[in-house]
Amino acid sequence: MRLSKHEQDMLSGKYGWPRRFAMEQIVKVGDFFDAEDCVEVAQVHLMADTESLGEDGVLFLEKLAGYPLEERSVKVPTVTDPRGIDFEHYKALGQSEGQADLERRTIDAFRALGVMMTDTCINYQTIMPPVLGEHLAFGDTGSSIYANSVQGARTNFQGGPSALASALTGRAPRYGFHLDECRKGAKIFKVDHAPRDFAEWGALGGVVGRHMESYWDVPVLELAAPHRHPTSDELKHFGAALASYGSTALFHMVGVTPEAFDGNVALIDDPETMAAISARDIEAFIDAYWPDDDVVDVVVFAAPQLSLMEISEVADLLDGRHINEKVALIATVSPEVKSAADRMGVTAKIEGAGGMLLQGVCFYQMCAREIGEAKGWKRLATNSAKLVNIIGGYGYEPVLAPLERCVESAIQGRLVR
Amino acid sequence: MTGQRGEGVLNGHRGIGQTVTGEALVAADNFSARYDLDRLKGKFSRPQHKLHGKSYVGKILILNAAKGGVASAWMLKEMMSRDMGPKALVLNFANPIMAQGAAYADLPLLDRFERDVTRAVTTGDIVEVNPAAGTLTIIEKK
Repeated sequence: MRLSKHEQDMLSGKYGWPRRFAMEQIVKVGDFFDAEDCVEVAQVHLMADTESLGEDGVLFLEKLAGYPLEERSVKVPTVTDPRGIDFEHYKALGQSEGQADLERRTIDAFRALGVMMTDTCINYQTIMPPVLGEHLAFGDTGSSIYANSVQGARTNFQGGPSALASALTGRAPRYGFHLDECRKGAKIFKVDHAPRDFAEWGALGGVVGRHMESYWDVPVLELAAPHRHPTSDELKHFGAALASYGSTALFHMVGVTPEAFDGNVALIDDPETMAAISARDIEAFIDAYWPDDDVVDVVVFAAPQLSLMEISEVADLLDGRHINEKVALIATVSPEVKSAADRMGVTAKIEGAGGMLLQGVCFYQMCAREIGEAKGWKRLATNSAKLVNIIGGYGYEPVLAPLERCVESAIQGRLVR
Repeated sequence: MTGQRGEGVLNGHRGIGQTVTGEALVAADNFSARYDLDRLKGKFSRPQHKLHGKSYVGKILILNAAKGGVASAWMLKEMMSRDMGPKALVLNFANPIMAQGAAYADLPLLDRFERDVTRAVTTGDIVEVNPAAGTLTIIEKK
C-alpha cells in the first residue's frame, strides 16, 4: 500500500503503540484486498459487545486505555454499536455479574479512548446521518448497508478491531465500497410484491440475500408500481436482513436510493437478471419459520433497535392491555430513543402492560444463549428477519411475524397468525 | 486415494498469517462465527449448517463464503485465546470481516482460488495453508 508520510509515521510507532497497531491492521487488510492507499474517514461506528470481545478482547481494550492520552485518543468521532448489558434489567434477564463486570470494564476502556457511548445500531437515524460520497468506517452490517445504499456514503463492513484501527488513525484501506468500480450492480431483481410491513420488508431482504454469492455481489431492485415510497424504517429492515442473509453491504433500489434514483444505475459488464420476486416468495420465506404448534416463550423487537415511530406503535398496541404471564416481551432501543420514549409516555405504556423496554442493547448481542437457558426460552417471535436469521444458532426456534401479530401473541400467550 | 501424496496445489490470493499444516474440515456452506458456532463448546451449532454438531477446533476450516455479521472480527481471536479456534480459515470468498478478524487474531486466512476449494478438498485431508504464497497444498488425501 502507498502510505503518506503521516501514515508511515503512525506505522513506525512515532505516535505510540496504539496507532502503530492500528496502522498494522489497516495495512494487513489493505494488502489482502489489494488496496492502493487509504481514505480519510469522517466518522467511525464501533461494534464491540462483550459477548464478541470476551475476556481477551476486554484485556486488549484495557491495554490500549493504559497508554498516555495523546497516544490512545481516537482521531475522528467514534460512536458505539449496542452493548451487551442494560444495567437496569440484566438481573431480571438472568445475565450474570461476570457479564456485567465485563461490560463495566469495556465502557471504562472506551471512555478512556474518547469513544462516545451511543450504544446504537441506528446511528444513521439518531446520531449523525452520513452524507452522499462521505468515507466512513462503519462496524455494524445494518449501519453499513444503510449508509452505503440509502445515504450514498462509502464504507466496508469494519468489524470491531478494524473500526478501532480507523478510529485511532482516521484512515481506512481504500478497497471495496470506497471505490466506484465495486459499487456497480451485479444482480437485478424485479419485485412484483409490495411488502406490507417490516416483517415482509425483512423477508424481501432475506430472499435477495440468499441469492448473494459473496460480499462483492451488489443487488439492484426494481420495485413494481404501485409501491408506496419506502420509509427509512422499511429500508432499515430490508437492509439489515439483506446484510445478514447475504453478507451484503450495498444495494441499489431504482427510484429510491441516490445511486439509482434516476434509473441510471451503474452496472458491471455482465449483470445477471434474476427471477422476479413474488408475493409467494415472501410468503414461503416467512412460512418456513412457522412451527406446527402455537407455543411462544418470548416476543422480541430488536435487530435493528427500534426507531421512535416503531416503539410508539408497539406501545400503542400494548396500551391498557396485559402480556400473558407465560410470555415475555422485550423491545430494544437506543438511549436517545429511550429518553424520548420516557418523555412521551411510550415507556409507561409498554411497562404498564408488563413488557420490558431495554436501552443501549440488542437482543442477540447480550449472550442470548445464556439468557434463553436462564429463562427457559426457546420459541421466539419477532418481526425482524435479521434476528430470525441470527438467533437459531443460539438455541432458539425463531418465528417471523408482523409487529401487531407479535404483540397479539404476547397478549394471548400463543402464536397468532 | 487414501495415503497418496502430492495431490495438488490450489492457487489463491495472497492471504494473512503464517504457514500451517493440518486436517481439513470441509463443507459447501458459508461461515459466520456468531451465526454458526457454539464457541464455548467449539462446535457448529446452527441447525441448518452442513457441519452442524461438528468440532472445528484445531482444524483447517474450509468453507464457501463469509456470511453474517461483524462479530467474527473479534470472535476469531477470542476463540483462539481459549485454544478453541480453528487452525486456519480457507474460503472461496472471504469478506472484510474475516480478513479483519484474521489480521487481529493472526489466524491464517486464504481465499479467491482458481477453482472451488470446497470441492477440491475433502474432510480429513491433510493440507498446508501458505498465506504468503497464496497456496493450499493437499499433502495427503483421506
